[in-house]
Amino acid sequence: MIDMDENDISFFKDGLRLDGRRTDQLRPIKIEVGVLARADGSCYIEMGGNKVIAAVYGPREVHPRHLQEVTRAIVRYRYNMASFSVEERKRPGPDRRSYELSKVSREALEPVILTSYFPRSVIDVFVEVLQADAGTRTAGINAAAVALVDAGIPMKSMISACAAGKVADTIVLDPMKEEDNFGQADLPIAMTPNGDITLLQMDGNLSPDEFHMAVEMAMKGARDIYEIQRRALVEKYSQLEAPTVEVKACE
Amino acid sequence: MDRKVVVPGDLLSEDAKKSGDGTYVKDGRVYSLLYGLANYRDKINVIPLAGKYIPAPGDNVVGVVKDITFSNWIVDINSPYDGLLHISEFPKRIDAQEMSKYLRIGSSIMTKVKDVDPTMKVELTLNDRKLGKITTGQVIEISHTRVPRLIGKGGSMIGMLKKEVNCNIFVGQNGRIWINGGADDMDLALRTIHLIEKEAHTNGLTDRIVAFLKKEKGARS
Repeated sequence: MIDMDENDISFFKDGLRLDGRRTDQLRPIKIEVGVLARADGSCYIEMGGNKVIAAVYGPREVHPRHLQEVTRAIVRYRYNMASFSVEERKRPGPDRRSYELSKVSREALEPVILTSYFPRSVIDVFVEVLQADAGTRTAGINAAAVALVDAGIPMKSMISACAAGKVADTIVLDPMKEEDNFGQADLPIAMTPNGDITLLQMDGNLSPDEFHMAVEMAMKGARDIYEIQRRALVEKYSQLEAPTVEVKACE
Repeated sequence: MDRKVVVPGDLLSEDAKKSGDGTYVKDGRVYSLLYGLANYRDKINVIPLAGKYIPAPGDNVVGVVKDITFSNWIVDINSPYDGLLHISEFPKRIDAQEMSKYLRIGSSIMTKVKDVDPTMKVELTLNDRKLGKITTGQVIEISHTRVPRLIGKGGSMIGMLKKEVNCNIFVGQNGRIWINGGADDMDLALRTIHLIEKEAHTNGLTDRIVAFLKKEKGARS
């Protein structure tokens, strides 16, 4: 393994990270709403090097029938990585990791969806990772939340997700690939804007103090992401808001 | 009128009594449940901008027969839930063996939601003078969220439209609209409806539509 001293030098330079960020800084985020014409709701998100597209279909009839619930809608979430999303070609198809991420992501979103409004139906969420650069589950959840809203599904609130990590004994926000691969810990969370956490995972080791610091940092990141998600959704309709110029042409 | 684009979870009011459609109350505060336009009147309603049509009793809808069972027509009503039209809800008495003589698979009907039970079994009826099978004209589809705007307050928009374009129009709450009239009139009606759909979330729409129709008709004559 890499020598610890060498590690220290390679992760930080002049107090900044490898890509020039501060320890508490997010990577640049771009969100586009309604990118797929045939889906009921969709969203494309770029978080640093991550490129993820999410599509929501439903509520619609459940197939296969035996999955149907009489009193509420079920939510299905499929997280999938494209074979070309990582440097070394990934064998296509579901694997242990994507099953797990699908499950935890679904459980991160389900608490805010009002499933009881749509008995005997299903809400399908498909998340495709086109390019991966650490933190694809958080990018996927952010995209899926926006796509659910775009599909007009009633929800108690939005969900925003963000990760914090530990590299060279320092807590950092939103780790990128190098920091994730060679870092000491990774802690992704998903939460509502008022701070109810719906997903919290951790790998690596953190002391209780470091853990609290990392959660605080990730929550702050998630709040910032919430503002970007919200703006993207509001802008979809404010673009069309003022066709007053057209009216004058009419008269 | 005060309207604002809101997303789920947006705080709308500190007064729990103001909670209207598309909102919920938590700890005495009103939050939005939907992605839509918040309407601040005596109550705050959120009008959705997207979403599927969910049938409610009394809704007029345009459906397409997709299957025939022993005594029911199964009707696609552009919703996650299929409609059931029972043989007894047909205006005249017919034999179960002869159901396909009256409505075949693929037939379009103007129908009404009679009842919806908690498991979302949707019962339809044809027992009304204005309801029945569609034999002429054309059916177009818009998002059901734009239908209230197409009808207007107390039917103001649709009444004006019917008169101006000289067409018969049946608006289904599910977003399907039947238009019948002369070819040019239907074309104008179609374009007007698409304009209303596109600009449904803007203010002062009726005036703009009147102006649009005046200009279009001026161009024609």
